[in-house]
Amino acid sequence: MSRHAKASFLVIVCLAACNTASAQVAVRGKTIHTMAGTPIQDGIVVIQDGKITALGRADQIAVPKGFKTLEANVVTPGLIDAHTTVGFSGILNYKHDQDQLEHSSPLQPELRAIDAYNAGDDLIEWVRGFGVTTIHAGHAPGELISGQTLIAKTTGNTVADAVIVESKAVAATLTTAAQKEAGKSPGTRGKSMAMLREQLIKAREYQEKKRRAAEAGDKGEPPPRDLRLETLSRVLAHEQPLLITVDRARDIASALRLAKEFDIHIWLDGACESYLLVDDIKAAGVPVIIHPPMQRSFGERENLSYATASKLVAAGIPVALQSGYESYVPKTRVVLFEAALAAANGLTFDQALRTITIDAAKILGIDNRVGSLELGKDGDLALYDGDPFEYTTHCVGCIIEGRVVADTPR
Amino acid sequence: MRTAGICSLVWLFAISIAAAQDRPKAFVGARIIPIEGDEIETGTLVIEKGKIVAVGPADKVQIPDDAEKIDAAGKVIMPGLICTHSHIGGSGTLGGADGSGPIQPGVRIYDSINVHDSGFKRAVAGGLTTLNIMPGSGHLISGQTVYVKLRLHPKPKKIDDFFITDDGGTALGGLKMANGTNSMRDPPFPGTRGKSAYLVREQYIKAREYHDKIARAQGDPAKVPPRDLNLEALVEAMQGKRIVHHHTHRHDDIMTVLRLSQEFGFRVVLHHVSDGWKVADDIAKAKAPCSVIVIDSPGGKLEARYARFETGGILEKHGVLVAFHTDDWITDSRVFRRSAALAVRAGMSRAGALKALTLAGAQMIGLDHRIGSLAPGKDADFAVLLGDPLSVYCQTLETWVDGVRVFDRGDPQDYLYAVGGYGAGHDQSPYMCCFDDANILGGGK
Repeated sequence: MSRHAKASFLVIVCLAACNTASAQVAVRGKTIHTMAGTPIQDGIVVIQDGKITALGRADQIAVPKGFKTLEANVVTPGLIDAHTTVGFSGILNYKHDQDQLEHSSPLQPELRAIDAYNAGDDLIEWVRGFGVTTIHAGHAPGELISGQTLIAKTTGNTVADAVIVESKAVAATLTTAAQKEAGKSPGTRGKSMAMLREQLIKAREYQEKKRRAAEAGDKGEPPPRDLRLETLSRVLAHEQPLLITVDRARDIASALRLAKEFDIHIWLDGACESYLLVDDIKAAGVPVIIHPPMQRSFGERENLSYATASKLVAAGIPVALQSGYESYVPKTRVVLFEAALAAANGLTFDQALRTITIDAAKILGIDNRVGSLELGKDGDLALYDGDPFEYTTHCVGCIIEGRVVADTPR
Repeated sequence: MRTAGICSLVWLFAISIAAAQDRPKAFVGARIIPIEGDEIETGTLVIEKGKIVAVGPADKVQIPDDAEKIDAAGKVIMPGLICTHSHIGGSGTLGGADGSGPIQPGVRIYDSINVHDSGFKRAVAGGLTTLNIMPGSGHLISGQTVYVKLRLHPKPKKIDDFFITDDGGTALGGLKMANGTNSMRDPPFPGTRGKSAYLVREQYIKAREYHDKIARAQGDPAKVPPRDLNLEALVEAMQGKRIVHHHTHRHDDIMTVLRLSQEFGFRVVLHHVSDGWKVADDIAKAKAPCSVIVIDSPGGKLEARYARFETGGILEKHGVLVAFHTDDWITDSRVFRRSAALAVRAGMSRAGALKALTLAGAQMIGLDHRIGSLAPGKDADFAVLLGDPLSVYCQTLETWVDGVRVFDRGDPQDYLYAVGGYGAGHDQSPYMCCFDDANILGGGK
């Protein structure tokens, strides 16, 4: 072993040891918003080997010997950003750090998010500094079908370290952003829907061919493997939802029509004018991942409202907030700040916090692991020195699976 | 006779409206943040004929007998917010200089502004009363800016209704300049920073010669050079009649601005100053005021890579005059107070941050003798708030300009612009300068 290799080996051993050591951690909070029942006043959360092993009032919980204890005024579950493009749309905004959208085809469900995610982008560290521990991210809105999404923790050096769901949704766009000029398709709303329907019908036929081949056993001849139709087949089979980015009410209506025709699960994404179709969305049982309230209102989004979240929540529609995609400055929004605006515009504190914790986790199907502080769940926590939504409050700590990943007040 | 009767009735009615407006108004019992002087826990503000006549603790301010008393208990009153850098009204990439060249100081932004743009209604919903409306930053010199007051009541018909004029009736404004990446483009624009500075120096030297020629001519028409609108604006800048509002982000670009300002003697305000925290000493030494942008994350372009919430506080500690701006559409005027609050989060003083939304901005556009604080004799421009101005939960209830209420959250139409909703966004013009990406706006066609 060369001297250099020996040194590297030592570093690796140390890193592994340090990780293990810091995985034993407890947090004492004056108020702990567990998002599973009423908040605990003066409580303790114990995290062992990455999972929550004890939580309750400080006078009832003993912190095991040797555990590091952090303290904070307010403790919440690690925040969840229900739709972002950090890790894809890089901080510098150069052509070569922008992997959020491939423009060569309007139909590309075959693009996997795991093949593009940059776990080391500085914007991931930035959002983590405000308490965001889980992100649903992937190919951005902009093509009729832009690609797949993933769910990751805001940590890790590689996509393998970070990812918790490799392929979550298939991302489609029914806004004019996906429409082309110069005679290319889709060029209109009608054509966009026609193309989507055509693809789903093809995928259904593909499924059918595969089924018949399987039934025929040895004599069966399955169709040649088609990555695009394979992906859409998973949508038809309810294994993956179709995330549909929409702004205008008429496009929301189209998305609901599509879901009904093909009996697929959809998530409405953005949904600026969703407040005009509350009853329809509610009746369809479709969750909404709402645009960031501070997103700029112009063009297709000219009618967006700070109060949309409160209107949908009041109707009982499952709602999560997102930071969305930003093409310029700021290169990403922070979902904590967006939920704060929603809290100042009709949502209660608890409702607003739910849109970036447990309700987001439920929509994303990861509430078995994250979104609330409960025994057996991941030890993902955000620590604040006051009301997390107040502009002047600081995030004083962030913990992911028991590891302290941020402790500089921000 | 009958016509005369109707006429006199109308006349009487008009008189009574004028009298109602002329009657002093006393806002009683509010927490008052005058900016100059300490916050007043229970105070009274008296206004008359568009001006502030008294402000102070409720038990010390004498309310005129004929004053209309307005109960403001539980509310907060502070000066109207001043945005030193706004692009509302279609004034961004489409408003000022065009693509024909990098230096166009003769272009006036007020020749392009749509006074019906709903952005103005959003601005008053955020408590803003005065804006410096600027052309974009895609040019070394993109034109003349205009200082406006948001006189939205009665309904304005043209941008002239918003002007702030000097004694001669001329609309006041500054000059917009930029360096760094936005103004570096394909020819005839500069491709490097060195070329950018050279082009600017060349023009200012020409302007100096132009001015000298006029002086030497001593009024002799045969010797006076033909009028040159471009050089004229630069002369005004060098004479201090026109403040230079300079877009600059990176530390080396900031130093270049200071060098040019020193060489040509123009009064400069540094705008954005993402890297300002790296060269705070030099900025303080040059006594250059800074109008800072606060954005939710760094990056989005190379020169904003090291933008931090801390910038305002660091500059303040070095003794630099600090204001904030919206750069509306980069940030939304409705949440302008948030910029100051995030700076406080990152170490700036509360008093400094509130001043940075008001009086400091007034100083940076040379209007602090008229606006920016609540003091007798100043214009009656103020915001009535519910909650602390640095809180996310704070609401702007009313905004007043020149003693006239221009925003009332209780009015359904005003509320629409404050919160958003169907019809709130018409007439908006997006502004995101100088980024070559067909899908830059992300919102479609």
